[in-house]
Amino acid sequence: MKAILEANGVAKRFGAVVAASDINVKVGPGERVGLIGSNGAGKTTFVNMITGYLKPDEGQIKLAGTDITRMKPRAISALGVARSFQIPQLFGDLSVIDNMLVALACHASRSGFLRPARDPLAVDQAEELLQRFRLHHHRSRRVGELPGGVRKLLDIAMALTARPKLLLLDEPTSAVAADEKFQMMETIMSALKEDPDTPVLFVEHDMEIIERHATRVIAFYSGRIIADDAPQAALAQDDVRRYVTGELATE
Amino acid sequence: MNTTINANASRQAPAFLSPRVLAYAVGTFALLAVAGFHAPTWLTYLITIAAGNALVSIGIVGLMRGGVVSFGQGMFFAAGGYGAVLLFTRFGWTDALVLSIAGGGVALLLALPFAPLLARYRGIFFATLTLALSMVTYGVLMKVPELGGSDGFSIGRPTLLGERLDGASGSYRLYLLTIAFALGMGLLARVNFDSPNGLVTLAARDNELRVEYLGTSVRRLMGVNFLLAAFCGGVGGALVVISLGHVEPGFSYWTTSGEFVFVAILAGYRSIPAVFVASVMLEIVRSFSSAYFPNTWQLALGLFLLLIIRFLPRGIGSLWNREERK
Repeated sequence: MKAILEANGVAKRFGAVVAASDINVKVGPGERVGLIGSNGAGKTTFVNMITGYLKPDEGQIKLAGTDITRMKPRAISALGVARSFQIPQLFGDLSVIDNMLVALACHASRSGFLRPARDPLAVDQAEELLQRFRLHHHRSRRVGELPGGVRKLLDIAMALTARPKLLLLDEPTSAVAADEKFQMMETIMSALKEDPDTPVLFVEHDMEIIERHATRVIAFYSGRIIADDAPQAALAQDDVRRYVTGELATE
Repeated sequence: MNTTINANASRQAPAFLSPRVLAYAVGTFALLAVAGFHAPTWLTYLITIAAGNALVSIGIVGLMRGGVVSFGQGMFFAAGGYGAVLLFTRFGWTDALVLSIAGGGVALLLALPFAPLLARYRGIFFATLTLALSMVTYGVLMKVPELGGSDGFSIGRPTLLGERLDGASGSYRLYLLTIAFALGMGLLARVNFDSPNGLVTLAARDNELRVEYLGTSVRRLMGVNFLLAAFCGGVGGALVVISLGHVEPGFSYWTTSGEFVFVAILAGYRSIPAVFVASVMLEIVRSFSSAYFPNTWQLALGLFLLLIIRFLPRGIGSLWNREERK
């Protein structure tokens, strides 16, 4: 199986703080990888290094065989890495459909002036994605007026306009009410079913969601990977129970 | 990745400009042409100048959509004007149509080296840098005798398609040329605003980080918008100078730039017709207040702007633009 994402010996330090150390990960097509760990464990640092926002001090990151370690975020995005954010990064003054059209326009920006941003083909694409995320009834609403959960879904829907090779979701259910988050994750995963080959890495704190939706779990602690296995097996490991889920007392 | 997006291939991508918009433009031209034929000369002159100035403000509106305001568009206004005059006097180019486009070209050339620098700045830094550039240009125009010094240059009567624009009929044809240019460039601005670049510019105003993460360079976008604004400013400058018959360093002075910003704020950043309406309103307020209270006309102008900001904070375009009223 050819790896879509490959991280070899990746390390990152901020002064004396080790944010990532000897990270070795291979992710293949269609995997749903849950990234878990306590705050500051290195999950978001890892995501930020993949997207080019942070540059590793050591090691190499490859996307479908292409070295992206030193590339700028824009170049990495153009190669097919899309992400959503813990705090949704949207265009609050624009409508939901216009947010989608902006995302589509960004991927078609080479044809800058050659077609209208709201041409029927783009609108069809935007509406189909909104439908997949059950957002179509919000299409004309101003994004600044939307509730948090809807904004999260829109953030992810926008990431999918890139037809990415790799999708990164940073805490897709954070800041969402407990009784809504399972429904929301169902919506996300069901929308992603139409892209079965696209590997998805999602940062998550809720172990129930991890168990339900991840096919593989990578657990971080102090910038290191302490477990990389199927969810049941990973969550049963002592280090994960001690440093991530808190089921065992720390030494 | 097999994102199955069922684009309906049988649907044709629409033209940028709907038949309704084109009909409005043709109708407006016809209406202004007929009205101008019967109107007194002072009024057609006022509209000619307002239409030329509006082109400069359209450039500012294009920048405002991306969240930056240039306080130095006078530089490009002057570049277009000086370009037209110098091409007329030194190279014998007399056609008003060619001079207008060439004025835009000169402004564009002047903007080219600065675009990569200015595309990096936002907010007050962008405004201040553009202001500084226009004041440097003002200083150069004042001090360099080859550029006419503080007196500037005069330009003779140009031609249009081989015919000299003399007398009342010449002024009328110049009026027609200016409103045709204004409408044409207004339509092109609409095309730009409705294009992917136009929509992404609006988005960048809101959240640059996300635009970058979606794969578009905001700097490139801002640089392009700056160049387009420069071209608009140059064409406007050339058209105004051809009508006025004179250009001088004051074109690049900060108060001139301020007037273009005034019109852009008055209009709001979503409606293009509003820019023309605002420009005509400014010329009317300026003409009448300078006639009746010449020493305090800026006071009248200031009060006028205060009222607009108080009662129409999104500009006069919000009177007919549903999106703006929300």
